[in-house]
Amino acid sequence: MYGLGIIKGIGVTFKHMIDTYIEDIKWGVKRYTTDEGFTYRQSPETRGLITVQYPEEKMAVPERFRYIPFLVTNEPDDPEAPNHDWCTSCGICAKVCPPQCIWIVRGSDPQTGRPIPEPEAFFIDIDICMNCGYCAEFCPFDAIKMDHDYEIASYDRTTSHVHDKAKLAKPISYWQTIAPTRAEQERLAREHKEAAKAARKAG
Amino acid sequence: MTDSNPEVTSPEAVSTDVYETLIQKFPGVVERDTREGYTGIIVRDRDKLVEVATAIRDDLGYDLLSNACGVDYLAEDKLEMVYHAYSVERGGPALVFKAQTPRDVAALPSLVSVWPSTDFQEREAYDLYGIHFSGHPNLKRILMWEGFDGHPMRKDWREPFYEEDQKPFKSRWPGGHVQRAEMHVPYGMNVQYPEGFSVDQWAPEAEQAVYAALGTPTTETGTDFSQIKTDQMVVNLGPQHPSTHGVFRMAVTLDGETVTALEPVMGYLHRNHEKIGERNTWLGNMPYTDRLDYLTSMSNNLAYALTVEKMLGQEVPYRAEVIRVLMAELTRIASHFWFFGFFLNDLGAFLTPSVYGIAERDLILDLFESVAGSRMMCNYMRFGGVAFDMPPYVGGPAVRENDRGRNIETMKYIKDLVYERLPRVIDQFDTYLTNNEILMTRCRGVGYLAPDRAIAYGVTGPMLRAAGIPYDIRRSDPYSIYNELDFEIPVTYNSDLYDRYLIRVEEVRQSIRILQQIVPRLEETEGQEYWAGKRAYNVRVPAGEQYGHGENPKGELGFYCISDGGANPYRYHVRSPSFVNLTALEEMSRGNKVADLVVILGAIDIVLGEVDR
Repeated sequence: MYGLGIIKGIGVTFKHMIDTYIEDIKWGVKRYTTDEGFTYRQSPETRGLITVQYPEEKMAVPERFRYIPFLVTNEPDDPEAPNHDWCTSCGICAKVCPPQCIWIVRGSDPQTGRPIPEPEAFFIDIDICMNCGYCAEFCPFDAIKMDHDYEIASYDRTTSHVHDKAKLAKPISYWQTIAPTRAEQERLAREHKEAAKAARKAG
Repeated sequence: MTDSNPEVTSPEAVSTDVYETLIQKFPGVVERDTREGYTGIIVRDRDKLVEVATAIRDDLGYDLLSNACGVDYLAEDKLEMVYHAYSVERGGPALVFKAQTPRDVAALPSLVSVWPSTDFQEREAYDLYGIHFSGHPNLKRILMWEGFDGHPMRKDWREPFYEEDQKPFKSRWPGGHVQRAEMHVPYGMNVQYPEGFSVDQWAPEAEQAVYAALGTPTTETGTDFSQIKTDQMVVNLGPQHPSTHGVFRMAVTLDGETVTALEPVMGYLHRNHEKIGERNTWLGNMPYTDRLDYLTSMSNNLAYALTVEKMLGQEVPYRAEVIRVLMAELTRIASHFWFFGFFLNDLGAFLTPSVYGIAERDLILDLFESVAGSRMMCNYMRFGGVAFDMPPYVGGPAVRENDRGRNIETMKYIKDLVYERLPRVIDQFDTYLTNNEILMTRCRGVGYLAPDRAIAYGVTGPMLRAAGIPYDIRRSDPYSIYNELDFEIPVTYNSDLYDRYLIRVEEVRQSIRILQQIVPRLEETEGQEYWAGKRAYNVRVPAGEQYGHGENPKGELGFYCISDGGANPYRYHVRSPSFVNLTALEEMSRGNKVADLVVILGAIDIVLGEVDR
């Protein structure tokens, strides 16, 4: 029968609409107010509409999410070295960066003029950064990490889009908040490395 | 509707016999390429190039000329054209032949008469390398604009904001004070023009060239015009029009509503990806490949990784292969869902099909985001594996204001997708659209492309399979673990719009079938190594050339790379499926109505990111 294909097609869209209502009745308000409701709505098991009501609700980004990098520092109340940069200004991130958006001034001892393992200045031009994550991936000191803060709209690109060290620096506890599992894994790996080093020294 | 092809052609290497045959057939004309790490033959006598090419096509049966690209050997004062020809029937690796010309002569015979697929690719070589192809019917710039000075891919051409030939740039470290390129060179002075050129007095001659290429209007549409007062006209579709899927422009001559001639104009999104690629390190190119066909970044990563791994002789651990195939097939499904939506959009079914397609694609992208860290710009593959192992959970913890956390076990997520959701959804799409009478009436018999013409035009991917030719690189020149997977290459025979739609539905089903074999492998290899070799950021690649390719959702994506042994590619060429498939656009659209033209373009499924590169 001519038109049967169209009618069957309309049936699909109709079912799609009904599905949303069935889900709403099944879940009630929980579909929109709880994390379980949200998780179910944003999973392969879901039926009907899967819209995220941004900005009233935002889908939390996964731990591996990559956005503009930041520099890891010690806590402000660290007993030994507060706010100390983890960065040793080795320059690997500047070398691996595909669009070359990282600029580093290596620190030097004011007396001897010898290089010291901390950066004097550190810049990232976030207009150029392509969020590939190589800097974080290849940093041997866990000193640069990819941020999760994707809402960074600003009014003036010429003044606010070159991030300097002050703007890039964030304490380690921030990284532990946004990526708890990875931060823990990295901490264990660091401890393991330290222990191995100590054992080598002792042996 | 579909046809299985149980006989899988074994990937026999291009035996030395083939090259020997050619050398014996053309003594003194053809000789072997003896450079270290190079393969194939060089046609020494340039005037015999067409003759040799005809023999390769007709006598040896290499009927699909997939890739043709230029190389600049500045030190040897030579320009070279490299051709990769495949046999559609037998499969297997490419027959490589080359032709050279001194840089100051820069002239070679055109192969358009033998393989029309070289049409755009020779224009690209003319545009970017300045090689003149005698006998080319329409030799003009294709990616740069007419009036541009110089040939940007030549090694001695330097771009505005030029810093150094190779990254990493020395100004970044240890004394790296930030400089913004635009402050360095004030706006308006960062473009080079030919001598005596003035922007204000420039008359766009290129426009005349575009219209001239349309030829003299004809009235061979079969309509009796004697009774009607009518005239032909030239209409521009695009570049700023959503129906062209980006900034793509078609200049068409219309006879009433019927297309009589068409000239595609592209390059609006051109950024000289290949020049950037030559400045980059080998690894640095990986995130750039994401931006070629930005709907299929995982597959782009895979094709590039395959090419460089071939050059390195790098082994890939089994788990990495499994993850790669998982990602590549999910990408194919996501890309095809996108296609269904926007194909119907082009037909006038505004938004509902596209939103249905995008919803499913989003679930796949959620997985990509959790695995690779980004939804579209995945940058996931590395030489010798993948960047990360599969994460335990899809989703992340709620941290910011209004954040909603999600924690779905990855394997459960994948299983739900592969065994439940995707099979259900593709069936639903099938019911929704396939038998829709309007779709059938609009699509059946429209945009026909004969199978032999499709091969001649170098068309690959679903477009070629819709013409009844079961050519799929996953079978013809297998890579990764496709050899051990059980799947069919669907084929349809009518080569019209409807078949190009059907073939994609069937390909999604086959991809789901592959994924269902991948899931158990993924579970078996849990915890195994996923990235072999040293995780160096400054990968050095042995000197030589390599052409690697993979079956992307849109067709054959190939990378032709040359290394001089350093940390940066000497040559990095992208053979993008959308670009080459567009060569057939005029033939498909001629004689069709202008409303169907939009759909014919939509059925090629182009992405301007890889057309313009």
